[in-house]
Amino acid sequence: MRLLSKPLGALSRQRRRRFAPMVLLLVALGLTGGAYAAFAPSPQAAAATGASAQTLKDGRDLYLRNCSSCHGLNVEGSSDGPTLVGVGAASVDFQVGTGRMPAAQLGAQIQQKRQQFTQEEIQALAAYIASLGPGPAIPSKDQLDYADADAAQGGQIYRTNCAMCHNFAGSGGALTRGKYAPSLQGVSPKHIYEAMLTGPQSMPVFPDTTMTSQDKRDIIAFLKTTQTEPSPGGLALGKVGPVTEGLAGWLLGLGGLIACAVWLGAKAR
Amino acid sequence: MARLEKSAGDIANEIDERFGSAKFVRRSARKVFPDHWSFMLGEIALYSFIILLLTGTFLTLWFKPSQVEVPYEGSYIPLHGLTMSEAYASTLRISFDVRGGLIMRQIHHWAALIFVAAMIVHSARVFFTGAFRKPRETNWLIGVALITLSIIEGLLGYSLPDDLLSGTGFRIAEGVLLAIPVVGTYLSFFFFGGQFPGEDFIARIYTFHVLLLPGIFLALITVHVMLVWYQKHTQYPLPGRTEKNSVGYPFFPVYTAKAGGFFFITFGVTTLLAAFVTINPVWLFGPYTPTQVTAGSQPDFYMGFLEGAFRLMPNWEIHALGYTLSMNIIVPCFIVPGLLFTSMGLYPMIERWVTGDNREHHVLDRPRNVPTRTGLGVMALTTWLILLAAGANDVIAITFHLSINAITWFFRIAIFVVPPLSYVVTKRICLGLQRRDRDLVLHGRETGRIMRLPNGEMIEVHEPISETQRYILTAHESPGPLELEPATDPNGIPRRRVLASKLRARISRFYFEDRIVPPTPTDARELESSGHH
Amino acid sequence: MSDQQHTGPGARSHDAQSDGRHDVDSRDTANDTSNADIQLAGGHDSEGPPTDGSSHDELATRFADPGLPAHTYRRSDIDPLAARRREREVATLFGLSTLGTLLFIVAYFAVKPSDAAGPEMLGQVALSTKLLGLGLGLAMFCVGAGAIHWAKTLMPDDEIVAERKPMRSSEEDRRAAVAALKEGAAGAGLGRRKLIRNSLLGALAPMGLLAIIPLRDLGPLPGDVLEHTAWKAGRRLMTDPAGRPIKAADLPIGAVVHVLPEGIKKLPRPLDEEAKATAIVIRLAPSDLADQRPDRKGWDVAGIVAYSKVCTHVGCPVGLYEQQTHHLLCPCHQSTFDVTRNCAVIFGPAARPLPQLKLATDEAGYLVAAQDFEEPVGPSFWERGD
Repeated sequence: MRLLSKPLGALSRQRRRRFAPMVLLLVALGLTGGAYAAFAPSPQAAAATGASAQTLKDGRDLYLRNCSSCHGLNVEGSSDGPTLVGVGAASVDFQVGTGRMPAAQLGAQIQQKRQQFTQEEIQALAAYIASLGPGPAIPSKDQLDYADADAAQGGQIYRTNCAMCHNFAGSGGALTRGKYAPSLQGVSPKHIYEAMLTGPQSMPVFPDTTMTSQDKRDIIAFLKTTQTEPSPGGLALGKVGPVTEGLAGWLLGLGGLIACAVWLGAKAR
Repeated sequence: MARLEKSAGDIANEIDERFGSAKFVRRSARKVFPDHWSFMLGEIALYSFIILLLTGTFLTLWFKPSQVEVPYEGSYIPLHGLTMSEAYASTLRISFDVRGGLIMRQIHHWAALIFVAAMIVHSARVFFTGAFRKPRETNWLIGVALITLSIIEGLLGYSLPDDLLSGTGFRIAEGVLLAIPVVGTYLSFFFFGGQFPGEDFIARIYTFHVLLLPGIFLALITVHVMLVWYQKHTQYPLPGRTEKNSVGYPFFPVYTAKAGGFFFITFGVTTLLAAFVTINPVWLFGPYTPTQVTAGSQPDFYMGFLEGAFRLMPNWEIHALGYTLSMNIIVPCFIVPGLLFTSMGLYPMIERWVTGDNREHHVLDRPRNVPTRTGLGVMALTTWLILLAAGANDVIAITFHLSINAITWFFRIAIFVVPPLSYVVTKRICLGLQRRDRDLVLHGRETGRIMRLPNGEMIEVHEPISETQRYILTAHESPGPLELEPATDPNGIPRRRVLASKLRARISRFYFEDRIVPPTPTDARELESSGHH
Repeated sequence: MSDQQHTGPGARSHDAQSDGRHDVDSRDTANDTSNADIQLAGGHDSEGPPTDGSSHDELATRFADPGLPAHTYRRSDIDPLAARRREREVATLFGLSTLGTLLFIVAYFAVKPSDAAGPEMLGQVALSTKLLGLGLGLAMFCVGAGAIHWAKTLMPDDEIVAERKPMRSSEEDRRAAVAALKEGAAGAGLGRRKLIRNSLLGALAPMGLLAIIPLRDLGPLPGDVLEHTAWKAGRRLMTDPAGRPIKAADLPIGAVVHVLPEGIKKLPRPLDEEAKATAIVIRLAPSDLADQRPDRKGWDVAGIVAYSKVCTHVGCPVGLYEQQTHHLLCPCHQSTFDVTRNCAVIFGPAARPLPQLKLATDEAGYLVAAQDFEEPVGPSFWERGD
């Protein structure tokens, strides 16, 4: 599967290039939006989030330049993007931190790509959005410290709540109409936590009330343990189950044996 | 040396005086086995089966076929402390705590995949070369039975560890049992000892997997191989090979060394695959519980065509008189495989009826020379492959970033369109190849050398092909369609079974209407005398 | 071509009388004339393979079989040095096999995964698996390759020809066999002694029951257990697997919880109960409840709805909830249910909506079931009806 996905990766890069004009257009729209900055809602809850006025101003500038064309100059949302009032800092940190936002294309699903802002800019943007209405905050260091978490318990929670979409090993899986649950390989604990907390795109929300902070740390511990442990049986074949095994059985197993049979049947010289 | 020979002679003497074995050895040692790589495909299956018996026995020494729930205290940390069945716990023990356990598990599982795959390829070889024809129909039927049983055996085998993936498989099996009209609910309750999952089914399928089915396999495979021995192997249509001889190497020593060596090759390749490539990493799946499931829940490839049929089937359920008939399960699970395997099993009889050919055949067909059969075979394989691919529609969707719904619809249409198309295309290709063969025989090989004739015309020089090649290209028969019998026999009495004979004539036309007649020496002579080159 | 032609030798005389037109007729006459047409070669002939005849027209219809190709000598046949080299190659392969066996034995004792602590264990298993596999694989592969190489290069490679007799027994044997059977049957008097024959049939026919009846105790009868689950009015929804009760306020819009009824682990055979009772709880925005069936009004608590997680197709847990489209997807066969329309089927092989669990809250404010599912959950079965 990995082999197959290579040429496909190249394909999607091409597609991305085709969408480049659209990205430019979006950026241009964002810049014009800057002129209307005066109409933007003023950050009220600055004190509550503990962010300085300068941070909020930076965040708003970033918002107007990069996000407002879809999410609206007043963060009220449009046909191209929902309102961001009340989505919380965690949501911003996840979406922008994983490069999903700003979106390059509006397909079945917005894809992960290279992060386009520095962590400081993301923080400013998150603080600005958080100041507009209450929402989940970016998880603290303590919340993310999974050193003492129970990977086995996390596995149970993961298999009940996550595996049906992301597959048993976090390799990802298909959803309806071209959407998909992405691979969790290499995703940072913070982004995993934020995704559960905010439910980006198709993903439902797993609030701390029903899936506690400890549960989430257990899940992260499970993923990190199983994804970093050596594969005891050899090549893992993408950890997607019997499909790749079947391919390997035919190509390597039977294919190798047929090659031997051809050698056996060929006359010696 | 002389002493060795003497003691060997003594032993042989003792055996012969009891079993009269010299007679058998005298006949068998020089028994002829035609040599060709494609004749080894069945042996791959046979040897995989032996590997399965050996490694399987090793696994039974530690495996506990029990659904009793125990806490896991083995050495794999991401499952530590979880409650799981003894079956799953003992599989983990084999994988991590028994030295060589994981390699044995992996050899066993890879050998299972290769076993079924080799049988499929072997049966395709037998089909496309016409090796199933009289007198080998019985062996064809045994082969079909072996393939069918191997699918069930495989399903039971990968279900034994009681991991999340295999448990999901048996959840589906429960749904299938429930869908059987009238008795389904009872069958399911008897099978699971009550409701699903119950506490009995692992122990029950274990007995089927390690005792009953292997016993049946052993019996069928023995008969299969003995029939090959007794009826002698077929051979390809090459010079010197006729219906009345058998050309090849003697059983002893050449074939003994080759076939015996190939067992070790099969074992070696399977082991090397198992050494470096993971299969069925049950520790990643987690223990089975009916509230959990994983994305990409797939069966092993040999169940894939059934899985595909399940996924393509529209949601057709019949409700009448207070009863439910789940056609959305009955069609993909019983009717589709029923049709595939029944038509496969009956094919030799059908073809014999259509061709009216009641002779023995020991010389194989070149697939192109039987275009209709080859086309039908490709059509069956295409159907199987489409279903197999449809069974992996979610993996295809995620790998190629496609819509799973679009893929499903594509396959829903393809399953009706592509197989007939593949039949037509294959038949055309076969006829085209036959035409080319005919041209080769009559006009020779194109040399690429251009020659200018005295009258100025430019022609390409053709070189006649060798006698051997000419024989290979013309040795086959090209039967025409059967004629419809007259409605009355020679005495004017009306014949019975007119309908059957009409049907037969029609199918025969379907088989033989399009044909290329192999050229004859007369054709070649006429062509030469007419001055055409 | 007429039918009789193919029923076997001897049927051929009919051909002259048969009405078979064109090529069939020409084929019979062709046997006696030298200008045989192509059809003769093509016509399928019941008399045996075309190569066995030796009539004069055979030359005109068939290219002659040039016979087995001349034996070519291998280098090892003519060059003793080459033969010696082959011998060494075979011996090398056998030697490698021995090394493989040694590697296996050494690896077995040298690498002991159970001695490794915690996470290192997997690395040791990986090492052990590779070394044992490499050793065993080499041991097997090389001995096989050596034997085949030996057979191919050093053993005689003259192809030998054996005569093949038809499977059919000689006429004499067939007659004798029939006579023997007839004699035996007459001796037993199977045809004459009807009483014995019939009573024997009567004894054998019902024996199948002996194989089936003792299987009765494999399991209990279904009764109505498929119609009920562990949900009861007032039974709390507990998160799966943690087992915590849930308040309505715990769930923001778009949230999902997988639940089981309270106390299910204490029931006899809890897995059987979980297999039926497992459910998914989803909080919808009020606007997403507009298309709910009128008779399901009031089954939600503030937009929180609960549905059976057991697919109505073949029973896989349907857990893939897409927050934006409100689709529930089954990962096994892609049946898709629309949560905004009471889980009506919108794609895939499932025929019925997922059963809905009516919700309420108890005094303490926790979500509880208002009643059991109204219909049997999971796959259809014969007695299910509607």
